[in-house]
Amino acid sequence: MKESSIRIVLTLPKETWDNPVICKLIKDYDLVVNILRAEILPKMEGSAVLELKGTSDKLQKAINFLKSINVKIRPLELDIIREDEKCVHCGACIAPCPTNAFHLNAETFRVEFDKLKCVGCGHCIAACPTRIIYSPDF
Amino acid sequence: MKKKFAVNKTYEEINEKIKKGDAVIVTAEEMINIVDEIGIVKAAEEVDVVTTGTFGAMCSSGAFLNVGHTKPKMKMEEIYLNEVSVYGGLAAVDLYIGATALPENDPRNEVYPGKFEYGGAHVIEELIAGEDIELEAYAYGTDCYPRREIRKTININNIRDATLFNPRNCYQNYNVAVNRSSRTIYTYMGVLKPNFSNATYSSAGQLSPLLNDPYFETIGIGTRIFLGGGIGYIAFQGTQHAPFGIGRTVKGQPKSGSGTIMTVGDMKQMSTEFIRAASIVGYGVSLFVGIGIPIPVLNERIAYYTSVKDSEILAPVYDYSSDYPSGEVIEPIAYVNYEQLRKGVIEIKEKKVPASPLSSYYKAREIAEILKEWIKEGKFDVSKPAETLPAPESEVKIEREY
Repeated sequence: MKESSIRIVLTLPKETWDNPVICKLIKDYDLVVNILRAEILPKMEGSAVLELKGTSDKLQKAINFLKSINVKIRPLELDIIREDEKCVHCGACIAPCPTNAFHLNAETFRVEFDKLKCVGCGHCIAACPTRIIYSPDF
Repeated sequence: MKKKFAVNKTYEEINEKIKKGDAVIVTAEEMINIVDEIGIVKAAEEVDVVTTGTFGAMCSSGAFLNVGHTKPKMKMEEIYLNEVSVYGGLAAVDLYIGATALPENDPRNEVYPGKFEYGGAHVIEELIAGEDIELEAYAYGTDCYPRREIRKTININNIRDATLFNPRNCYQNYNVAVNRSSRTIYTYMGVLKPNFSNATYSSAGQLSPLLNDPYFETIGIGTRIFLGGGIGYIAFQGTQHAPFGIGRTVKGQPKSGSGTIMTVGDMKQMSTEFIRAASIVGYGVSLFVGIGIPIPVLNERIAYYTSVKDSEILAPVYDYSSDYPSGEVIEPIAYVNYEQLRKGVIEIKEKKVPASPLSSYYKAREIAEILKEWIKEGKFDVSKPAETLPAPESEVKIEREY
């Protein structure tokens, strides 16, 4: 059966903070799980960005399982937002970005943000000195 | 016969041309091609002023405020603005707010790396934006200043004075930072990944004000400048001004930090386009300051200086994991030029290292262009400094016998 991969943003209800959710995705649904980012704190609502790889059948079942324990799921695409008009184009976001989604335009010297390259890791959020990069999830 | 320049212009002559609308003003970027095409003597004849610009985080910045007298009067001693501690060891209602000051309850680096979401620089930015700021002050009370406590809202439009006064700005040149250790470090030069995995730099290079007048022949005390979107002045040499006994490249540009300036200007004229707070992860709060300085082309040597291009300016590469913090005098790992840096890759110990900036060349260019327009419109002219700043004599000898 054909394998595919998805990138999703999870919001985990506080009741699940001590459940081994990721472990179940791996053992029970036979998925390859790549944790791009996670913030799980005791007795608090958590968030995670995961890349899941497996057969489409098993991916669907895993999603159903996550929904059954009240985990909210949405696709990653819209994750990182930059308020372009407030950007000073200093370049502090370039080095921490692992995928070169931020790069300096050699003509204009504006820092450009290529959303297609963004994996939503969020390293740019803390690195931006003017705090104009953010994500609804973090 | 005495050696002298072929072109000799005075400040007065240049200002006369500005007044008549006849002056030729170009940016330091444009000057590169002009000198390439027509040479330094012709360029010095034709161009009157070269405008420069820079926009970077400058920690040694802050503001004097006079928040106006209270009723009854009070000699404020312990003062907070939006919970940020400010300095009140001045007259009754004068205070100084430093850009890097933090609120007492900020966790600093206790949760490492700290986020430093708010500090003095944010108060300065919000003041300039016209936002209300919460003032809280305490005093011991005197016969002439009996009041002991106050809480009130201040706004740049209702306080008497708001003067940006920055003890050290506009470093002539700056380090390139790398990390040779095995862990990620968080510095004022940004996030540095282990094992020389990235490099950061912070200079406008060929557009940078003090690199275009490397021996401070025109820039000095009283020079009128673009400061944060308004008109400001150079008050004095900046702290740590040290242009003596250092290595220089062919057009006189220092290969290390070198000179600095102390700047002053009315905050009421400024704009958040050119003064912005910076939260630097793991380091603290700083202030992005936009500065532009016009350089009058008095002779062909100044034309020569201002024709400097990124490929001719060297910056020293330092390790920020151990060498820089040690405080020891350590030789740089390498020197790289700004052309390589701006292309995004430098070579260190035969390894290709990605380089990224922390100061905005985009904004630097914008500032140099605005300054050019201001001078063209006649709202800004060049000022002869009351004193030039301490500097060694130029080693660039292009005078001839005429």
